[in-house]
Amino acid sequence: MTINERQEEIKSDFEVMSNWEDKYEYIIQLGKDLPLISEEHKVPENLIKGCQSRVWLHTELRDGKLYFTGDSDAVITKGLISLMIYVLSGHTPKDIASSDIYFIDAIGLSSHLSPTRSNGLLSMLKQMKLYAVAYQAKNNQS
Amino acid sequence: MEHIANIETAALDVKQIRKDFPILQELVHGKPLVYLDNGATTQKPLSVIETEARYYEEYNSNVHRGVHHLSQVATNAYEKAREIVAGFINAAQTHEIIFTKGTTDGINLVANTMGRRFLKAGDSVIISAMEHHSNIVPWQIACEESGATLKVIPINERGELRMDAYEELLDDTVKIVAVTYVSNTMGTINPVEDIIALAHARKIPVLLDAAQAIQHMSIDVQALQPDFLVFSGHKIYGPTGIGVLYGTTEWLEKLPPYQGGGDMIKTVTFSKTTYNELPYKFEAGTPNIAGAIGLGAAIQYLQQVGLDKIQQWEEQLLAYALEQLRQIDGLRFIGNAAHRSGAISFLVHDIHPFDLGELLDQQGIAVRTGHHCCEPLMDEFKIPGTVRASLTFYNTKEDIDKLVAGIKRAVSMLR
Repeated sequence: MTINERQEEIKSDFEVMSNWEDKYEYIIQLGKDLPLISEEHKVPENLIKGCQSRVWLHTELRDGKLYFTGDSDAVITKGLISLMIYVLSGHTPKDIASSDIYFIDAIGLSSHLSPTRSNGLLSMLKQMKLYAVAYQAKNNQS
Repeated sequence: MEHIANIETAALDVKQIRKDFPILQELVHGKPLVYLDNGATTQKPLSVIETEARYYEEYNSNVHRGVHHLSQVATNAYEKAREIVAGFINAAQTHEIIFTKGTTDGINLVANTMGRRFLKAGDSVIISAMEHHSNIVPWQIACEESGATLKVIPINERGELRMDAYEELLDDTVKIVAVTYVSNTMGTINPVEDIIALAHARKIPVLLDAAQAIQHMSIDVQALQPDFLVFSGHKIYGPTGIGVLYGTTEWLEKLPPYQGGGDMIKTVTFSKTTYNELPYKFEAGTPNIAGAIGLGAAIQYLQQVGLDKIQQWEEQLLAYALEQLRQIDGLRFIGNAAHRSGAISFLVHDIHPFDLGELLDQQGIAVRTGHHCCEPLMDEFKIPGTVRASLTFYNTKEDIDKLVAGIKRAVSMLR
C-alpha cells in the first residue's frame, strides 16, 4: 500500500467510531500494542524531547526503504506514533520526503500536531522527514 | 492611603456569581466547561470585558501627553486604576504601584535594575526550590552578569520551604530574597511573614511573587512589608498583558531606570537626560491603558464580591477537592503542605499526566499538565510532571465531582 492508501485506511477505520471513547480506546490500544523500540536504540540521540512527553525514534534503511520504530512515555502519543509508523514505515526516502500527512487532521486530532502541544509527535514527524531527505540526498550522490 | 475594606456579603452565591462570567456557559467538546486551570489564567467577569470595551468605544486616547478632552478622560481612568490597585494592597503611596506587562515583567525589572546597581561578585541572591521559571531565570541572568551567586532554599517532602535551611543561607553576602507567596504547582502557602522578618533583621530586601496569592487572599503591603511585590492582571480576573510591581518608595528611588523611552523622562538632550519621577520612571512608552483600566474593574469586582467570602469558599472547596481526590485508587498528591491555596497537583498510578489531561479535556474538563514552568521542582520529586487542578471562587462542588468522575473514567481507559 502507498502512503496515501494507508492514510485512507486509517481515515475509514476512524469514521465508524461514533464517540470520543471509541476513538481514544483504539489509540490507547495501539499504544499498548506498539512493539517497543529495542533497548539498544532507546538512547539519548534517538530521544525527541517534547515539553510534555518523551518520544524515541529509531530509523533503519533496508533495501532502499526506511523502517521506523518508536516509543513514548505517554500512551496516547505512543498510539499516534504507531499510526505514523504504520503510514510511513517501509517506503522509499523519496516517497516519505514528499508525502503529505493529513490523516491526523482527518481523524480529528490535529491539535496533536500543534507546535504548542509539544507532545513530541510533530517533532517526530519532522525527524522522519529529515531522515528521508538525508537518505534521499545520500542516494542521489552515490 | 485608605485601605478599601471588602464589602460584606452574606455568603457566596456561587450560582449567581457564575452568571457574571460569560465563558462559564460555554460548551467544550459538546459538554459544559469545567474550568480548573485558574492557576494558568482566570476567566473574566462581564464588568471587566465591558470596561475594556468601553475604553475603546468611548474614550480611547493616549495618556499623560494630550491636552484634548479624550486624553484627559483616559489619563484619569488610567490613574484611577492605579489608585484602585494601591487601595487593594494598601500601598502607602499611589506612586509605589508600577504598571507592568505582568509578573514576569515585574521580576525582570527588579532583577535587571538590582543587578546593574547592587550586585557584584561575592554577593548572592536567594530564591526557593519551588519557584516558577519567572522567578528563577531573571535572577540567573542577573547573577551571571554580575558574578553573584544564586542560592536556593530547599523544600521538604511535603512541598514546604525548609525554614531552617533558609536561616542558614542568610548571611551578609545576600542582597535580595525573591520567593513565591504561593506555589503555582503545589499550592503551598509560604510563611512570608517569617521570610521577610528574617531578611529584614539583616537589612536584606524581599521580593514576593504574589502571582498565585493575590486572587486568593487579602494582602496588605504595609502590614506584610515586602520591599517588592509582583502580580499579573490576568490571574486576578483582569485582562492579559497587564501586571503590577509594587515597590517601596525607598527602593524604587534607589533603582536605576529599566527601559528608556517616552513617559519615563523629564527632559532629554543629547548630552543628558533627566528621568521622570515615580511611577513614570518605570513606565516607558505607551502603557497598556485598556489593560490597566480593566484590571481596576477586576479588583472592584472582587471587592464587591468580598475577598473574605471568596477565601472562605475557596478553602471549603479545596478541602472538599482534597477529600474527594484522596479516595481515587492510586492517586498521589505532589505536595502536601499544611497551608495551601488554589492548586492541587497529583499523579495516578503510573499514568503519564499528559494522557490523563487529554482524556479529561475530552470530557470538557480543563486542567494543566506538565512541569508548570517549574522544572527544578519536578526534578526534585523525580517526576515528568503532574496533573494540576487549580480552583477559584466560581468553581463548585459539582466541578470537583465531575473532575473525580472524569479521572476515574480516564484511568479505566488507560489501564
